[in-house]
Amino acid sequence: MISLERLTKVYGHGDRAVTVLQDLDFSVDAGEIFAVVGPSGAGKSTLAQCVNLLERPTSGSVVVNGENLSQLSEAQLRVARRTIGTVFQSDGLFSRRTAAQNVALPLQYLGVTPAETKRRVAELLDRVGLSPRASYYPHQLSGGQRQRVGIARALALRPSVLLSDEATSGLDPESTASITALLKELRDDLGLSILFITHEMETVLQVADSVARLDRGHIVESGRLVDLLRDPSSELGLALKPVGNARESGAGENSWVIQYTSTSVPTNWVTALSEALAVPVSLLAASIETINGATVGNATIGLPHTDEAETIEAAARLGLTARRLSAGRVNAGKALENSEQAA
Amino acid sequence: MSVTAGNSNLVPIGDIPALVIPALGETLIMVGITMTIVVLVGIPLGALIHNLARGGLFENRAAHTTLSWIVSIGRSLPFLILMASIIPFTRLITGTNIGIAAAVVPMSIAGIAFFTRIVENSLRSVPPSFVRVAKASGGSPLQIIATAQLSEAIPSLIGGLTINIIAMIEYSAIAGTIGAGGIGYVAVTYGYQRFDNTVMVATIVILVITVALVQLTGDALVRMTTPHSATAARSRRRLAAAIS
Ligand SMILES: Nc1ncnc2c1ncn2[C@@H]1O[C@H](COP(=O)(O)OP(=O)(O)O)[C@@H](O)[C@H]1O
Ligand SMILES: [Mg+2]
Repeated sequence: MISLERLTKVYGHGDRAVTVLQDLDFSVDAGEIFAVVGPSGAGKSTLAQCVNLLERPTSGSVVVNGENLSQLSEAQLRVARRTIGTVFQSDGLFSRRTAAQNVALPLQYLGVTPAETKRRVAELLDRVGLSPRASYYPHQLSGGQRQRVGIARALALRPSVLLSDEATSGLDPESTASITALLKELRDDLGLSILFITHEMETVLQVADSVARLDRGHIVESGRLVDLLRDPSSELGLALKPVGNARESGAGENSWVIQYTSTSVPTNWVTALSEALAVPVSLLAASIETINGATVGNATIGLPHTDEAETIEAAARLGLTARRLSAGRVNAGKALENSEQAA
Repeated sequence: MSVTAGNSNLVPIGDIPALVIPALGETLIMVGITMTIVVLVGIPLGALIHNLARGGLFENRAAHTTLSWIVSIGRSLPFLILMASIIPFTRLITGTNIGIAAAVVPMSIAGIAFFTRIVENSLRSVPPSFVRVAKASGGSPLQIIATAQLSEAIPSLIGGLTINIIAMIEYSAIAGTIGAGGIGYVAVTYGYQRFDNTVMVATIVILVITVALVQLTGDALVRMTTPHSATAARSRRRLAAAIS
């Protein structure tokens, strides 16, 4: 379990002081994957370095399993860091060491005997599915395999917290999926608290239990992933699962954005809505999936001119939120997502 | 007895190996002792200066500037002048100002300055992310320097060491002119002062071969210690086969 208490980081002094992180407060429980997402320059890497104490927070604290790590001396920090495993972006493996030698690094620093190191390294490589590649050098491994080695190395000292800064950035979708699956498996098997930092919304959907959005050093929104996706007023929820590019509605139709807000939306809600309103429903865009065991989704539909209040009411009975789009606002969700990426 | 030779001081061809080979041995001893000292001092010194610099493990501006200046002075003096100017110091240490022992002192000083810069440069080309990895993995400063800096720089250090050895062979020839012995001494006393062209040519051939061998060995070691070079895997296998 790890918690941040009013964590603030300022670089520089006096006139040139820049507050990169301001009053961050959140905690990651054992067995939880907490994602921090935000655009480039938001302060994500700074947050990562404050958490594994490569940078000292200016104020506030980092507490791991009840121990406040921000007050420790340099030598005490070295010991404390063992409770936090860090997975770095793709450039983290030493080029002149094999996969096994890279995994052995933290054990070697700690002074573990060669026999014990060998045993533990074999176990870790097996854990991440790379036993057959133990004697490969980093340049002989794929991006996904290199990250697996990085994860094995981060786990070498049996940390209770795993910190990952852009560990899947730059990987192809398939490797990303295999890394996120591995992280979930490790979370379940080892009860790790995982702080997963990324700029990719897609990856957050795959991996997170909870998510916080970091923007210019502030946490602007946070919550359980499923709750955010079900909350029609959540900007982060919308950014995570943008409404797809919809077809134009037909002549004499209005476009409506529908969002799943309850746990019990019937699978045949399109038919049910059509019957309730006694009009045909055109499906213009839809995305429905199961995330962390819960169904979430959104859709854009076209309806002939119906009574607005009645439509919203009928949708609500099905566990949906309906919002009518004025003409020309069909792709509003998309536009929001684009401005997101430009930021 | 030959009377056809115009200069009775000339060394007969048959005697040239007996003259040149022990001289080569002296040169190798001089360079060998010097390089041992150079590596033992240059690596820690270069690593220290690198880590005193901004962003280093022991960032300290004043210490960095001071040490950098000292090394720069050592680098900027031509070897002949360095050698002449420190003769009192050399005599203090070795008790003499001629011979191998006396040559090793100025050669080591010049070599340390040279190699320290090479070490600094090599370390600068190692991605700084490795230091973060090592810190996050619980490494102490010395462990970090050894594993995340020096170890990653080994191919580049060997490349620099090769250049350094060749420079020291050259310096040993200069030291030879003031009586340090070795190939340089033979070249000057026989080739230059007695106009013995055969000896001159022999010393040149020997130096060219020595330098070429050093360079080839250095290049091979660089390839062998770079895992991502194409031939590295092959050379490592061959070496393993040769040792076993
Ligand atoms: N050592 C530093 N000194 C001064 N400013 C820094 C330093 N490191 C990062 N910053 C600034 O902090 C901000 C956040 O950087 P970073 O944490 O790397 O963002 P992210 O990882 O989200 O892209 C940037 O504006 C960056 O310029
Ligand atoms: Mg970053």
